[in-house]
Amino acid sequence: MSILDVKVADVEQVTEVVKHFTLVQENGEPLPHFSGGSHVVVSMNINGRIHRNPYSLMGSTSNTDSYHISVRKQENSRGGSKFMHEQVTPGTRLQITYPVNLFAISKMGHRHILIAGGIGITPFMSQIADLNRLGYDYELHYAYRSPEHGAFREQLEEMCGNRVHFYIDSEGDRLDIPALLKQQPLGTHVYTCGPEPMVKALHLHAQNLGWPDNHVHSEEFTAPPVGDEFTVQLAKSGMDITVPGDMSMLEAMEEAGAEPPFLCRGGACGRCELEVVSCDGLIMHNDHYLSDHEKAEGRSIMPCVSRAKCSKLVVNL
Amino acid sequence: MNMAFKQETFRDDYSYSNSAEAIRRFPFPFAEDEYMYSVNIEQHNGGEPGSVFEHAIDVDEHYVAECEDRRLVLEDDPNRYIALPHMMDAQWDMVELVMESLSRDYPDLFQLTRDGDNWHWINKPLGIDQKFVFGDEATLPMQPCEYITRQVQGDWIILDQRDDDLFADLGMVTSQADWSMAFDAGMSFKEWHGPVPQANELGIFDRALKYLLHLQYGSPVRRLNWTMTINPRLDTSPENYPLWGPDNMSVTPDNVGEKVHLRVELQALFRLPRSNAIAFSVRGYLASINDLTTYPRWAKRLHRVLTNLHPDLSEYKGLDNYRQMVIDHLAPFDDGEELALGTHPE
Repeated sequence: MSILDVKVADVEQVTEVVKHFTLVQENGEPLPHFSGGSHVVVSMNINGRIHRNPYSLMGSTSNTDSYHISVRKQENSRGGSKFMHEQVTPGTRLQITYPVNLFAISKMGHRHILIAGGIGITPFMSQIADLNRLGYDYELHYAYRSPEHGAFREQLEEMCGNRVHFYIDSEGDRLDIPALLKQQPLGTHVYTCGPEPMVKALHLHAQNLGWPDNHVHSEEFTAPPVGDEFTVQLAKSGMDITVPGDMSMLEAMEEAGAEPPFLCRGGACGRCELEVVSCDGLIMHNDHYLSDHEKAEGRSIMPCVSRAKCSKLVVNL
Repeated sequence: MNMAFKQETFRDDYSYSNSAEAIRRFPFPFAEDEYMYSVNIEQHNGGEPGSVFEHAIDVDEHYVAECEDRRLVLEDDPNRYIALPHMMDAQWDMVELVMESLSRDYPDLFQLTRDGDNWHWINKPLGIDQKFVFGDEATLPMQPCEYITRQVQGDWIILDQRDDDLFADLGMVTSQADWSMAFDAGMSFKEWHGPVPQANELGIFDRALKYLLHLQYGSPVRRLNWTMTINPRLDTSPENYPLWGPDNMSVTPDNVGEKVHLRVELQALFRLPRSNAIAFSVRGYLASINDLTTYPRWAKRLHRVLTNLHPDLSEYKGLDNYRQMVIDHLAPFDDGEELALGTHPE
């Protein structure tokens, strides 16, 4: 996997809980171009333990002198967002992956409806840059808790003009998803990023209204939930690895020196899928990749976010 | 680097030939005595100096003649280049990929100077000196992808990624092994692989598609594919079947060594940055049976692979009319010696 060495050029407190980081390449070269909706995985060395979190790239896709990411400080952070907020300052060196896009604009769409909840606005910041550049028809609907949580509002007003609509929960403005979907002409694509209930609601309403599945797009990165300690055995080498409660299975395998594949580390892309050989307990699936049927079958696991409630899980690696 | 480009043809008098060096670096695809489809994908991040894998895009002694053959094909049939309207970002990605790779890897032959969006491209072998504005179609003599793929060997198919699938929505295809871009344009990954025997049953396309959907910018991959072609003809397209199809019947025990060519495709896949599309390059290398038998190891290996080949694959690759003649021709080269794993010539 190709890695970029970057340096933090600027840190800006956007709201009480959101910080915006400007990253430049250490060697002074421009960063790679990317497409709207892309993310990078940031590696952080927290007390000797490597944490890797995915963050969406914001801002212009054509000017890549710097990358822009924003991080919301999570209340029950395993360390990643806390580290970004408390330890990362201008000059800090980080490693990031090349951009990956799991949330691309469908170029065949006739119209694009973007729905953001809270920090879920970030992937849209680069999508909008592309939509503007390509002259596509779009609307942005951005919902947030209260006026002080409306990150990037001014910037969005400037980028989107009258295409942006804000919904401030504390002021009683609610986005009526079914009403919004009902107004759309055939050939419209809808995209959402935000809290899980919002993403679920959108999929449900779209399905009820007969929208084709491939016109409904969402991006959701899950942080690996904590759980019970268990042992994973790698069938090919016979290696036994203990997965502590506060570590993901992927992190534990990496720390033990195995090199399992990964991309998004948020349960979205499917790259780290491992075949389950046996499990003497229950697999706790937390990803957005496997279907409900596949989860019930229990033949695969996404070690980036999923774990097991068992004494031993054997995987084909 | 000092490369002598050959004046040669891939049609009519078929004056194409390989130098000893070109034979030595031929990407012989058979590491074992039996061949079956597999997802034989590896990283395309360089290879041994001098090998066809060394650079992202290989330029060899046939470069000028292949570009000329492409020009002739397009003159007859401009529809060998197809571009759907939503692929304009991908077209510029292609310009960047080819110009950056060639100027970086062959600085004596190709030069690229950039001042913001003002680009200056010099292609010495083809005598091209072009200033243009990156992103502004009007500053090039034709569409960006057509412009640049006329200056590079091999076919290029650009795949748009949507709905967890890949669609062939842009391409320059003039040297194909009997398939048609016009026929496959707009089709999904599984649709255009529909005719391939055996592989679907092996679940290969499901796995390959999943893998490709995750292909990362900066981490290109490659694989080899192969077939056989009678005469060193690049344009074996269905559109021109009447021009080359009958040649399959022209093979005799006397001419098999010079007429029959092993056609190896170096297929490389690159994620493109702005469009999130995937560039799929299919670069064909042709070596006659006589070329290959200059290396006894290759003669023995090819003899065994063809002898053991599954009948479905032989039929799909169109080898049935002459395969036995090639086997008979190679038999005297094969003393039954056990060959170590690997594709190396000696």
